[in-house]
Formats: sequence, C-alpha cells, structure tokens
Amino acid sequence: MARIEFIDVAHTYANGTPAADSDWALQPMTMTWDDGGAYALLGPSGCGKSTLLNIISGLVKPTRGRILFDGRDVTHAPPELRNIAQVFQFPVIYDSLSVRGNLEFPLRNRGWKTAEARRRAEQIAQLLELTADLDRPARGLGADMKQKISLGRGLVRTDVAAVLFDEPLTVIDPHLKWLLRRKLKQIHQELKLSLIYVTHDQTEAMTFADRVVVMSHGRVVQEATPEELFERPAHRFVGYFIGSPGMNFIPAQWREGSAWVGDVPITTQSRADPDAADIAVGVRPERLEARTAAGPNSVPARVLAVRDLGTHAMCTLDVDGARVRARLPDVADAAALTHLFIPPERSALYAVEWRLP
Amino acid sequence: MTFWLKGIGFRRGKEILLHPLDLELRPGVPNVLLGAAGAGKTTLLRLMAGLEVPSEGRILSGASDLTGVPVRRRSVAMVYQQFINYPSMTVFENIASPLRVAGQGEARIRERVREIAEVLRLTPLLARMPSELSGGQQQRTALARALAREADLLLLDEPLANLDYKLREELREELGQVFARQRTTVVYATTEPMEALQLGGVATVLDAGRLLQTGEVAQVFSRPSSLAAARAFSDPPINVLPAVWRGASRLLHLATGTTLPGPHALASRLGDQELSIQVGIRPQQLGLAPKGAGGFALEGIVELAEISGSDTYVHVRHGEHLLVAQVPGVHRLPLESRCTLHADAAGLFGFAADGQPLFAPDR
Repeated sequence: MARIEFIDVAHTYANGTPAADSDWALQPMTMTWDDGGAYALLGPSGCGKSTLLNIISGLVKPTRGRILFDGRDVTHAPPELRNIAQVFQFPVIYDSLSVRGNLEFPLRNRGWKTAEARRRAEQIAQLLELTADLDRPARGLGADMKQKISLGRGLVRTDVAAVLFDEPLTVIDPHLKWLLRRKLKQIHQELKLSLIYVTHDQTEAMTFADRVVVMSHGRVVQEATPEELFERPAHRFVGYFIGSPGMNFIPAQWREGSAWVGDVPITTQSRADPDAADIAVGVRPERLEARTAAGPNSVPARVLAVRDLGTHAMCTLDVDGARVRARLPDVADAAALTHLFIPPERSALYAVEWRLP
Repeated sequence: MTFWLKGIGFRRGKEILLHPLDLELRPGVPNVLLGAAGAGKTTLLRLMAGLEVPSEGRILSGASDLTGVPVRRRSVAMVYQQFINYPSMTVFENIASPLRVAGQGEARIRERVREIAEVLRLTPLLARMPSELSGGQQQRTALARALAREADLLLLDEPLANLDYKLREELREELGQVFARQRTTVVYATTEPMEALQLGGVATVLDAGRLLQTGEVAQVFSRPSSLAAARAFSDPPINVLPAVWRGASRLLHLATGTTLPGPHALASRLGDQELSIQVGIRPQQLGLAPKGAGGFALEGIVELAEISGSDTYVHVRHGEHLLVAQVPGVHRLPLESRCTLHADAAGLFGFAADGQPLFAPDR
C-alpha cells in the first residue's frame, strides 16, 4: 500500500498547452492521499474522473506534473510497474476456472507458493462470503456472483499500491447493493488497503469513502469528508450535487459590511468580505425554518408549490425573486408561513462559485 | 377523459399475471401505479394500451367499450424506460411528428411544439439532433412528443429509471405539475415510493398481480390498508416487529423486550383480550435523538450507515431483527458500533396477524 501524491498534475487530450483553464480535461491539481485510506472520486460523466483514474493506473501520461507512490516518481512508469489492482464496471473473470482458481490467479501469476495462494484466496473468499462457492466453476454464475469474484480478484494481492474500483456496483441488483457496500467497508477496515472508488453516484461515494474528491468540468472542487461536503460545501457545484434537493443559493447584495437579501441583513458562518459583486447565501432545504412573522435572518417568502411527502413536506418558494426549496415538518407549516428563517450557523456566503471563509 | 377498468384480469396459460381488479383513471392528476418488479404494472399498461386483450373484464371510456379495440385504433401515447426518438430528426421535428401524422396545419404545429418545449425546458434545444443531447434531454424530448399528441391516454413505464439521480429529482418534481395541466389521462408506473409521493396525484399499489390499495397518494402512504400495502409503499422498507397486546394492562410488549403504553384505538377496539400483532415503524420515524414524552429506545449494532441524498439510512441489528432508520443529514457511524434508535409510541402502525390495520399514527 502506498501514499499517493499528485504534484501539479494536469492533462489535455489536445496538442499543445491549453490557453484557458476550461480546455484541460484535468485542470492542474496538487493533492496527497494517505496510505490505507478509502477515497472516492465523484462527479457526473465528463467531469475528468476517468482521466484522473487513468493517470493513477498509468494508462494516461499527464501532460504536466508528477505523480508519486510513497515518494517514488511513477509519472513515466507503465501500468504493469505500478502495482495497481483494478475492478471494473462489468465482471472480468475466467469462465474456464473455478471461483478458487479465479481468486488465486493474480497470486500464482506473481509466483506465490501454492499453499500461500490458497490460504490468501480462502481469506478473501470468506470476507466476500464466497467460501461455499469456492470449487464451483465460474461459468454459469449470475452477474452479482461474478462481480463479487472480480472484487475478490482485485483485493487478493497484498503487494499492491492501491486498488481502483471503477463503478463496481453497476451490475449489482439494487436490493443487494447495500450489502456489498457494507462488505467493501468491512474489507477496507480489515485489510487496510488503499482503496480508490470512482463513481457518479453520490450514495456510493458518500457511503464508502472516508474522503470524497468531488470533480466538475475537469476540476477538483473539494476534497473532504462526507459530512463536510454536506455541511460546508466549498463550491456551489458541491452544494448542488450533494444532497437531494441540492443547496439553495439565494442571490444577495453586499453593503454596509453585510449581506442583504432584499431589505433583510443576513448573518452567516462566513466572516470574510466578498471580493466579487456576485454573491449568494447558501443554505440547505432541510435547514430553513418556517416563520409567521418578520425577525432576524428571516426573509419574506411566498409559497409557490407544496408537495406532501408523507413524513414531511417539500416546499417551493419565491424569496426576493429567487426559487427556493424548503423541507418542512408538515404541510400545515407551509400553509401558514410568511417568512423563512436562515440559521446563521447553517448557512454561508458564496462569492461567484466559492464559499467565503 | 376518464377510463374505467371493470374486473380486468389477465392470465397467460395457467399463470395469473393480474387478478381481476376495478380502477378509475381520471385526467388532471397523475395516476401512479406503484409496485416492485413483477407486481403487474407493465401488464396493466399493456392492457390499457390495447397491446394485450384481457382474459376477463372490460375497459370503458365515456360511452365506449375499448376492451377489444387494437392499439392502432386507440388514442394512446407511450413512453418507456429507454429513450426512443427519431435519430435523423431535430428535437423540433421529433415533437412535431405526431402532429404532422395527424395532418395539422404548420402554424398550429409550431405553436403546439413551442408550448410543449417551454413546459419541458427544451426551447433552446429545438434545433439539435437527439445524438447531441444528454440522456435527460432525450427523455424530455420523448415525453414532449408523447404530450404533443394530446392522446386520450398517456402511458409511462418507469420513464425516469435510466436517468441519473439529479435529473430524476428535477423531472419528478416538474412532471407532476406538467401532467396536472394536460387534458390527457396520465398513467405512470414506478417501482419507487418516493417517486409516487413526489408526483402526487392518485396512487394504486400493486403487489404480485393484485391491487392492494388505491387513493390520494399521501393518504395511501399514511393509511395503508394492510401490512402488504405498507411494505409495498415504503422505501427503505418499513420495520416490522412482532408484539403482544395485553388488554388487561393496556400494554404493548414488543418481542425484542420493550413495553409501551398501548394506543387508545387498540384499547377501545380490543378491550381486555390478549392478541399477537405486528408493529410497523417507518424508517423516517426512527431517529438518533430521544423523542421526549412517549419516546422509547431500541438498542442495536450498526450494520451500515448509507448516505442517500440528504439523508442517512442507518441499518441496525436489533436482536434478531434488522432495522433501518432514515435520519436527515449526513451521519457516519462506524460498522459494528453500538447505536440507540429512538421512536415515538405515537408514530407506530399496528397490524393484525392477517395484515389488517389496527392503528396508525395521527397526521
């Protein structure tokens, strides 16, 4: 297992150095991932996460910058010299071998002794609850089982720098996903492997990882724990992408040393003065509270639509011309409200795209 | 136009795919068919489209009997999971195609396409080809074409299933309002309880080929007519614990060791008798913080904290039962750590051994 460092790594698929930031497939990034950590790369398709994944595995050589495994520069090392194990979206296994044969294969390939390979394969089989199936032929097994074997093949080696998972639960039955999510977390705890999980699915990323790297348009916009991403999104994209519905951004003006939404001065967690005129108050729908009168940090709101979701109400409102979502305990709260209270400790100011400290 | 299904059933050989059922489908609200795979949703849609002929019963609309009428002679539009568009036509022409087939005038076509495109936020994309669109935009185009027809009946079979979660979230909210403005009768099949609630309208819960319950969606959710209906309309699954009601002491004993004051509804109904029942606790009613008066605690071990949307699903092993709590916000609880879930006695559902409802939380 290895600590992975990215030093000013960037990539473009075009020739020459891009003129603008947006021309990079991966914009310049510097970051360190700890040995034994569980990381997720999260973002919509086209965000650059596959480029970053391929830079780690060695399939893509970055246009600039360096990548180090435990201090060793591997920027120019081919994939086979990087010691990376990979698990893909669809099962990659040998149909002609038994489950055991598949699990032992990566070890025998590297000259492990028969008895040791057997012991290790059995350990992994036990973690993945494959013990009873060890001597079955892989041919004819269902997609769920085959993908479990693929996971096992990725996890079986003890000498890898990291294991990369690329959307590994795509083929898994939705009802079984939580069990495999649990398995992967458990395996991470027991084996202390460096695991890197690439996905567009926020549930997968937030459930699996200790730290999530959120990407958008070729840029790493935040690297943080799941709680931080939810509570303190560093960038408006994170606020939108994490949580359902995403964070509200209510346009505001800066004057007299304070942010104003209409005629109401708003206090938030942000202390710094904005360096741009384009500012907004960021607050999550579940943090807004219904009020029936004006008060500090309470903005006039007009209800546009209410949906009864059984255990709570989801409300769409107009606040100073902006469309705002609020998750309220009850439909009755929505009917009576005239104002929305923005809790200062649960909100922040965003200048253009970034959160103000 | 209102449609009535009267004793509609469907068999293939000896297999019963749909047990005879009655259903009224009205325009102006989405009619949502909710059920797991194999519940009978697609069978019902195919019967309504005229793609299958029912083994028994009748389909009526106004004064006419549609039962044996084939699909090409019905006024029906369909949208499936897969986005289906004409690849060689622009978005505009895709939406316009059913209007052209109907022989409408150019001015009327342009007006109608613009109107629908506005509703589905396709206006800036009208000149594009389908291959230049994202999945969500392609599905919106397919929906727009289906709406443009102004058919008497619009059937949608899990239309959002193949979209990513942000698009699903946005379209679910919009579609309920879009459907409400149409004169078309909309029938929408989904496997997801939250989708049914977000769409609003009338929900019909199906399970293994049977109609379990139908009614205003939030009402069906809060007053399930049976344990099976509560299970079918709960995601994550409703927690079910066996319990014994002791009428003499007016106490409810959960099998896992907790004793609670029994609900009044039970006391007045069952008096002093003793009865084995099943207690249902919705995942949203279980929390990590104490609930105050009427609150009680369930101890357990964390199996997994799953973060979904703005909530955390906490899976907890409580004795031999697996419970799940849906807690707002992001919470990370280590695997195998101890955990106390809190519930409120007033938030419980009760079902008799045969699944009939005994009591439910006030709303």
